[in-house]
Formats: sequence, structure tokens, C-alpha cells
Amino acid sequence: MIESDQINTTENTLYTEPLMEVRNISKRFPGVVALDDVSLQFLPGEVHAIVGENGAGKSTLMKIVAGAYTPDAGEIFLSGKKVSFAHPVEAQEKGISIIYQEFNLLPERTVAHNIFLGRESSKLGTLDVRKMNKEAVEVLKDLGVEKMISPTSLVSSLSVAEQQLLEIAKAISFKAKVLIMDEPTAALTYTEVDLLVNLIERLKQKGMAIIFISHRLKEVFDIAEKISVLKDGKLIKTVIKKDVTPSDVVFLMVGRTLDHYFPPLGMPEDFGDVALSVKNASNQILKDINFELRKGEVLGVAGLQGSGRTELAQSLFGVMPFKSGKMELHGKAIAVKTPSRAIKNRMGFVTEDRKSEGLTPRQPIRDNILLTVRSVRALLGLIFKDGVRSSRKLVPMLGQQVDIRTDSYDRETQFLSGGNQQKVVLAKWLASSADVFIFDEPTRGIDVESKAGIHDMIRGLTKKGTAVLMISSELPEIIGMSDRVLVMADHRIAGELPARSSEQEIMLVATGHSNDKNAEQNASAGEE
Amino acid sequence: MTTITASDSWFKRTTRSIHIPPVFIFLVVTFLVSGLLDQFYSDGQIFSNPAIMMNIIVRSVALGIVAVGQTLVILGASIDLSVAFTISITAVMSSYIMKGETANVPVALLAVFAIGAIIGLTNGLVITKLKVSPFIATLGVSLIVKGIINATFSNYTGSVPKSFEYFGYGTIGSIPVSIIIMLLVFLAGWFLLARTKFGAHLYGVGGNSEVARLSGVRTDRVLIGAHIICSMTAVLAGIFLVSQMRSGAPWVGPNGLYDLNSIATVVIGGTALSGGKGGVWGTLAGVLIFGILDTTFNQLGVNPYLKMVLRGAIIVLAVASYTIRSKKEAA
Repeated sequence: MIESDQINTTENTLYTEPLMEVRNISKRFPGVVALDDVSLQFLPGEVHAIVGENGAGKSTLMKIVAGAYTPDAGEIFLSGKKVSFAHPVEAQEKGISIIYQEFNLLPERTVAHNIFLGRESSKLGTLDVRKMNKEAVEVLKDLGVEKMISPTSLVSSLSVAEQQLLEIAKAISFKAKVLIMDEPTAALTYTEVDLLVNLIERLKQKGMAIIFISHRLKEVFDIAEKISVLKDGKLIKTVIKKDVTPSDVVFLMVGRTLDHYFPPLGMPEDFGDVALSVKNASNQILKDINFELRKGEVLGVAGLQGSGRTELAQSLFGVMPFKSGKMELHGKAIAVKTPSRAIKNRMGFVTEDRKSEGLTPRQPIRDNILLTVRSVRALLGLIFKDGVRSSRKLVPMLGQQVDIRTDSYDRETQFLSGGNQQKVVLAKWLASSADVFIFDEPTRGIDVESKAGIHDMIRGLTKKGTAVLMISSELPEIIGMSDRVLVMADHRIAGELPARSSEQEIMLVATGHSNDKNAEQNASAGEE
Repeated sequence: MTTITASDSWFKRTTRSIHIPPVFIFLVVTFLVSGLLDQFYSDGQIFSNPAIMMNIIVRSVALGIVAVGQTLVILGASIDLSVAFTISITAVMSSYIMKGETANVPVALLAVFAIGAIIGLTNGLVITKLKVSPFIATLGVSLIVKGIINATFSNYTGSVPKSFEYFGYGTIGSIPVSIIIMLLVFLAGWFLLARTKFGAHLYGVGGNSEVARLSGVRTDRVLIGAHIICSMTAVLAGIFLVSQMRSGAPWVGPNGLYDLNSIATVVIGGTALSGGKGGVWGTLAGVLIFGILDTTFNQLGVNPYLKMVLRGAIIVLAVASYTIRSKKEAA
């Protein structure tokens, strides 16, 4: 409260009354405190950015404000009046609209039908399509995009940017006073972002309070007047944009020491020949990818959400193959067009989303571990309970190696904890005796103890000469594990940094500030 | 290779510029190929005799009426496997109550529509409130109805009065009443989908139930409504069949394969089984394709089992051609 009073005195706007205020909001989920006593004020005609690392509680806060979650404690005030929402529709009716990260449109319906879904105009019980189309044009005019988007075109025929504009049009058509945008630019190109910036300027002038959540600091600094930093569910600080630099904000976001032990990095003598090299490779998403991965090395890949991190892994592994460029494995040119080709070339891929890509949760642990083995060598196409003779001891051996905690390998995998499930995925790839490993978010959502175990195992692999490409959104993990760091931005590799680079250095490259001379100066100023 | 790509792009350009769903092209092709085959290998009646064309449509009436209801539930990302036995129970109950007397007709109609409403309501409630998957829910209800009919009736039961046969055999001018009724049902289905809030909400529920819910649509009610309407169309189809047969029998629904055939025509008509995309006119084309195939096979004297094989193959090929096409468009 004291903090927000200070904000009021420093803010030189006509409006002193906040349009919306949250006081002492807390929310816990089983095992985590998602929000801890957060208080914020949102003024009319102001863009208020909320930043923080993944899991800082940004989305939870926004879902509470929009009525999708109910807080465990705390209050929401709208124009000075206390409100509470049982359902998102109630929040919408009171003038709070949210644009979620993932699109919430019906692709096979027209623009007008999407805008007015659930509140269609009707005449004598029949739909007044003409009126809906006319009103849709009005809504689009409000945004100045009526020339780009026709009310009668199908949403599926619109570009991603146009769909984003339509989402905004739909949101403000509820007579919104508060507009929440959760990562609105994640799917947009830079020119499309400019369009969005102009639009937000327009909405600001109408006196709306805009809450802007983004990972891209550059845009936060382009758009917002005020920046609030959340970390681990707590409000760290609210700052006025003109008083701070991007590196100040980055420091607030990540300013902490590594809170977890990592195994020692590789020594120069550990690094062998080039195991995997990629030259000028591109496909529908990635542009001009160049890098080399050596034996015995952990190459970290950092980047913001949507920067192409996961797509890089998928391209290397043949899920979404490269269309041009060269890929060499142990000095031999190969074309990985399918995952099964990648497995035959002894590549392993531990996926980001273990539930949908890494495991078959209803199958026993045993079958999951043997999945890759069976896909490359089954005896005459037959499947045996323990695999073929040569691999009969494989399951217990690997199970012990990765330390799966279970009473039986015949237990369904879905009943294991997240950390143990991840170990099953690891065991599966160890079974394939791969020598080039791609890890995509190897420790997302698992407990600290399993995390340390997995980190030790990854380092153990490289000690045996395996090459590891590790993608992670957690900067401490990237810094703690990587012998070199590739930073991705905008579907390209934006830069390479040496081991033990700081989080600020990585974030500056990832947010597109490294090319900006001012930002670099700011960065060094911030470190002093 | 060049000719293929050239014709492909021409095909795409034309269909896209005038927005003809592929099923209508498929309908025309089916008609022309059937007519030509008939011309060469049989008596050539398909092209020369308008009565046979009329016959094709009359044969399709029962399937067409149910398919409208099936289109609605499938658009809502649901499905109804209970239509066949709903048709059966309508057929036997109505002729059982009518007992050949015109005076009993209103009571009989009231009774069968009430039964239909109960079946549809049960389907809808089990799916939305008990969260049973539509496939299992309607299969279960279907088995219950089947059990009730089989325990009560074994063969032709009662009869319909002469006046009631007007539905099945009457004509207005030279057009059979049944065709007019079927077209009215399609028109009603189109109106419901394109011109009412219910329709707009149904597309929402089928397209993305969560989006619809967050937009304030009462998704459960919409889906229950769609199921009640679907069962009502099955009742109407049952009434039509009994007026043609003059007496109801318990096997009329399952023997006509109205459950699977109605689903097949909806899918051939371009409605997505996952919901949210499609409409009744595609379904009408799908129904007519089925009618033309049946008539052609009869004209050519194709072995009944071979008929099934051919029909199955044509369904699969048609639907595969749509998905391949839509994948190409997406790429």
C-alpha cells in the first residue's frame, strides 16, 4: 500500500483514481504458492506491464482478475467498488476483458460470429446477421482495422496478426475498461508488433487501463509506462519506465544467486570431435541455423518463448525437418526426415512435453523404456516382454542407472511422480544407446531433488563422450550446465556466449537488445 | 506432372472462387458416372426417365430426415447412435396406437414425439451432466430402447389408416409429399443453423466448447437441445417409414442402418466429425449420393454384398480426398 501511494505521487496524469486495484491477493496451488500478497493499481490511460520469469505468477494474477480463478485471499476493486467474480463472463460484463495467450477464436466461423458469440443480435428469434456484420464493422473501426478485416470472412482465412487484432476487437467490444493482454506479441513478427503498438496507443487515449504481459523487454519498454516485476509469486517492485533501463528490470527479474547445485562444467580435454554440425539450415519456421556440437559437451540453447527453441530440437530430430542447408553427424552428411531416421542415426530426443510426446502414460514403465529399442531392433518383428535376449537385463539396469523409484517396472507410468516420469523418458533414450542427445526442458515441473539427479546424469553422459544439446527456459539451468550457450531470438540463433555468462547477458541477447548500443552500455552500468 | 498441377490449380481456383463444397462436385460426378454406366450396361433409365430420378430422392427421404438431426449433433462435436432404434420404436408404437383408425392419429403422433423427446433428453443429459462420451452414451440408450422394443414386439404390429399413407405415397402436383417434407426439414435445419442464436451457439460448442463457455454460451443446454432435435428427426423418419410400410416392425431402423448411414452421409457432406464445421446442404448432397449409388447398383444388378464393398470404398475415398485437399490448402 505504501508503495502504491508513492506511485500516485510520482505519476503526472489527470486521473488519480485507479480504474482497477488488487489488494493483498494470494493464491496457492497444491505444493506451490503461486501468488503471495500482491497489491497493484491500474490507472486509466496507462499501460502497465507485468514481467517476470516463467512461473513468477503473472498468468495466475491475470486469471484471478479476469474471473477464471478465485483468489484464496485478497480483494479486487473496480472504480473504487469491491468486486468478485464467479465466472469470466461476470468480469467481462463489468468491463474487464482478457486476451489469453492461446487463441480463443472459432476458425470455421466468420469474424462477426466470433465477435458476438454468446450475445448475437436477433430479431423475432432469428439471427440478425446484417446487424451483426454492421456492428462488427463498428468494432473494427474502433481499432482502425476495418479495411484489413471483413466481418464476413472466415477466421481461418486470416493471418495470425489479423487474428490477434480480432481477439482485441472482440475483447473491447464488451465495452472493456480494463484490457489484459497475455503475451500478445508471442506469435507476431516485428512489423506486426508495430501495428499492435499503434493500436494500444489508440486504446490508451480512450482512457482504458491496459495490462501488458510480455517476455520481450524491448516491447515492454516501447509500450508501457509502468512496469511491475513479479518473482516467485511476490511483487518485487513497481517502477516507472522512464526511471529505469532494461538491464535494471532484468536484474529485478532474475536477481538472485543460483539456488541449486550443478555438477562441474566440462574440461577442455573432455571435448572431442564435432559430433553434429548444422550449416545454413532453414525450414518453414527456423532461419539460417549454424552451429557445431562437440562430443563431451553440453551446448545450452536459451531464448524466450516463441523464439524457436523447441522448433530447433524438432527440426534436428526430424519432427519438422530442415528444408535447406546441411546437417552432418560425425562428419557424414545426413538428412533427418523422420524421427525414426534420427533414432537409427543414434540421436536421442527428450521432449519438453513428456505427457504428450515423451511417454505413453498408460503403458507400464517397462514398455516405455523399451520403446526405442523395439522401434529399431525387434526380432523378426516380434515383441517380447523384456525385449530380445540381448536386452533382457536392460530394463532393471537402466532403471537403476537413472534411479527410478518404483516397486515394479510393470506399474503404469502415469502413476509415477513427475520427476520419476522424466527419468523413464531418460531411460528410454539411454536404451537406444544414442550418442547425440537433445534435451528440451529436461527438468520442467519436477522437484529439486530429481532435478539435481537429472543434471548429474546429463553431465555423466558427456563424460562418456556423448554430445548434448540442452534447451531450457530456466536461465539458472542454462548457466549451471552449459559449456557454451546459443541464444535464440526471432527464429534465428542470435548469438553465442561462453560458459558462465550472466543471466543479464543472455537476456539482453534474447530480448534483442544486444544490437542496441545504448542497451549494452546500460547493461554494463547495471552490473556495476 | 505439369498437366496434373495445372488441372489441380484450376480445380482449386474454381471451387474456391464460387465456394462450392467438394461434396457437390462429387455429387455431380457420381450422377454422371452412374448415368453413363447405366447407359452402357443397362437400359439407360437414369438419364432418360425423370421418374427414376424422383425415385432416387424418395428412397432417400428417411435417411435424409435423420441425417439433418445427425448433422446438428455432429456439429456440436457429439454423435447419435440411437437414431435407428428411435425410428423402430416410432414405427411400432405409432402403428400400434393407430390400429388403422384415423381418429387415433393425433394421439399416436403425440406419443411418438414424446418418446423421441425423452430419448433425446436422456442422450443430452447423460452426455452433458454425467460426462459420458457421446458414443457410449447414445449406444447405451440405443441398447435400452432396443431391449424395450424386442421385449414387447416381435413383428409387424397394428397398422396405419389409409389416410395416413398420404405421407408415404401422396403427391402434390407431380411431386411426392415425402420429398417436400424432406426438403422442409432440410430448410428448417439450415434456418436453425444459419439464422438462429441456437445455431450460432451450436457451432461454438462444437468448434471449441471452452471458448463458447467463456463467451457466455450455456453449452450444456445447447447440446441437449441438439440431441432432442436429432431424436425428433428420427421420429419423423419413423413416421414416414411406417406410412410407407402400412404397419410398424421393430427391425425397420437397424435394417436400414440409419445410425451408421446417417453419420456417413453427414461426413461425406463435409461436416467435421470433431464438430464446429459444416452444414445441412452438404449432408443433402451426401444423402443423394447414397441414393444414386443404390439405384445404380440396382439398375446394374450388382451383387448385394459387392454393393456394400463398393459403397464402403466410395465413402472412404470421398472423405480421404477432402482431408488430403484441406491439408494441401493448409500447407
